[in-house]
Amino acid sequence: MNATWSRFNITSVVLGFAFLYLPIVLLIVFSFNESKLVTVWGGFSTKWYVSLFHNQGLMDATWVTARVGVISATVATVLGTLAAITLTRYTRFRGRILFSGMVFAPLVMPEVITGLSLLLLFVAVGLDRGFLTVTLAHITFTMCFVAVVVQSRLVSFDRSLEEAAMDLGAPPVKTFFHITLPVILPAIISGWMLAFTLSLDDLVIASFTSGPGATTLPMKIYSQVRLGVTPEINAACTILIAVVAVGVIIASVANKRREVQRQRDEQAAQRG
Amino acid sequence: MSSAATAETTSPAADAAKSPLARLGSAFVNRLVIIVPYLWLLFFFLIPFVIVFKISLSTTAIAMPPYTPVLDFSGGISGFFGQLKQLGVDNYTWLTEDALYFNAYVTSLIIAAISTVLTLIVGYPIAYGMARAPATIRPTLLMLVILPFWTSFLIRVYAWIGILKPEGLLNQLLLATGVISQPLIILNTYTAIFIGIVYSYLPFMVLPLYSSLEKMDYSLIEAAKDLGCPPTSAFWKITFPLSLPGVIAGCLLVFIPAVGEFVIPDLLGGSQTLMIGKTLWNEFFANRDWPVSSAVAVILLLLLIVPIMLFQQAQARAQEQGR
Repeated sequence: MNATWSRFNITSVVLGFAFLYLPIVLLIVFSFNESKLVTVWGGFSTKWYVSLFHNQGLMDATWVTARVGVISATVATVLGTLAAITLTRYTRFRGRILFSGMVFAPLVMPEVITGLSLLLLFVAVGLDRGFLTVTLAHITFTMCFVAVVVQSRLVSFDRSLEEAAMDLGAPPVKTFFHITLPVILPAIISGWMLAFTLSLDDLVIASFTSGPGATTLPMKIYSQVRLGVTPEINAACTILIAVVAVGVIIASVANKRREVQRQRDEQAAQRG
Repeated sequence: MSSAATAETTSPAADAAKSPLARLGSAFVNRLVIIVPYLWLLFFFLIPFVIVFKISLSTTAIAMPPYTPVLDFSGGISGFFGQLKQLGVDNYTWLTEDALYFNAYVTSLIIAAISTVLTLIVGYPIAYGMARAPATIRPTLLMLVILPFWTSFLIRVYAWIGILKPEGLLNQLLLATGVISQPLIILNTYTAIFIGIVYSYLPFMVLPLYSSLEKMDYSLIEAAKDLGCPPTSAFWKITFPLSLPGVIAGCLLVFIPAVGEFVIPDLLGGSQTLMIGKTLWNEFFANRDWPVSSAVAVILLLLLIVPIMLFQQAQARAQEQGR
């Protein structure tokens, strides 16, 4: 097998990953820079992290972002899972093409269009822009990503398990919670995490739909970036990267452990 | 054994007893599963487009919201017809008369197309190299491609400012090694936008390419080689056509959002660049002209409707194959 992994292939993978990771690594390195000039190294320092925690505006924005992220990701996961079930299980109902269009289109829709159209909706129904409107907007665009992630798991799901449960008299709702849900749970969890990071990350849609008092972290970072690159922003970005990285690592370890447990259970079942 | 026997005997009876109710319950649940996300998307995704279209036909007003309402029923039937007469395509004629908007659309489409091709050229060798890697390290490589996707888009674009600016890291490196004697001006040019789009959207290109290349049967290449086919021609005759679904999916995933991209042209392209996402943003936030920005959005959507439908079909086909 190694023979087929030629030097050309190894080189292209290594170069590709260097391209993907180098900018992020540089950003993290320069957040520990003593000098105020971001790109000139002046010695190691953590002072930008200290000043970050004294920046009240940034702290408020972080709190808003965290709340919007948790609430919208949770609602989006429920709605996205339902949408995924609809797409895989109900192959015939009126308006199915429209439905799948509405699930897939937001994945590629330019954010300026989604943001503008949601804002105009909120204005039309007389909803004041603020925390609620950002959360509703985030639910709408992230639920489609959840739907795609969960759907890919549902497609490969062995339906005979569900049929067996129903044949034994389990009602559909009970079957769902005892059979289907545990199997698709890893996909639901990664769907939640994807929705959360997308919400954490969004600048454009939040800028359109948020109002006074609901400034999110990306909006704050963006307004500071426009004034110039500072090590403080590097520090804020590094913390954000660290939070997401820790989350992803915990999730993948938990996933692996569950997978191992499942294999052990299956082997035990085969032996018994 | 006995409990199993009772279960067997009671189950059909119980089934028959609760059958109508259970069937009604499950029908209700079935309907709910469809209706809740359906209504949500209808209300928060489809209806907003109708509103955008409606407002794109109204005229600007100095008020809050800054447009004169179209189809306001407070004036009764006669008022309604009066308003219908006010509906106009003025905003659209305005867009066609001002060369700025036309140029912004054309520039956006060209920039997105060039960036998509560049992303394909950069992404293909990576995806190919990953697909040919030993099976044991492939999941790790896949994880490494997905990981940057989890870090903020804004942060990844921001990281490039420090690299590309005149006194930035790239120029420092090139000056120190003596490759150049004058700092290169990259930031605030179209080159910077291309770099930004290729960098930010690379995982979207690599993932579909990888999944179609990984499924490929490499004995085909070996057979071609045995029959004396040179590697380059084997690539163009076998590998590339077989990876075409991945190429199409990847290109659409990059092209469509790139056309309406705002953050990259704004932060890396500077004030001179004309891209439609940025034009819409300025029209909305700086000029506060909601009707014109709605008209800009409607035309952008019309330009993208064909690629979006192609994308949706590709998704649906992939889903059918998965089943």
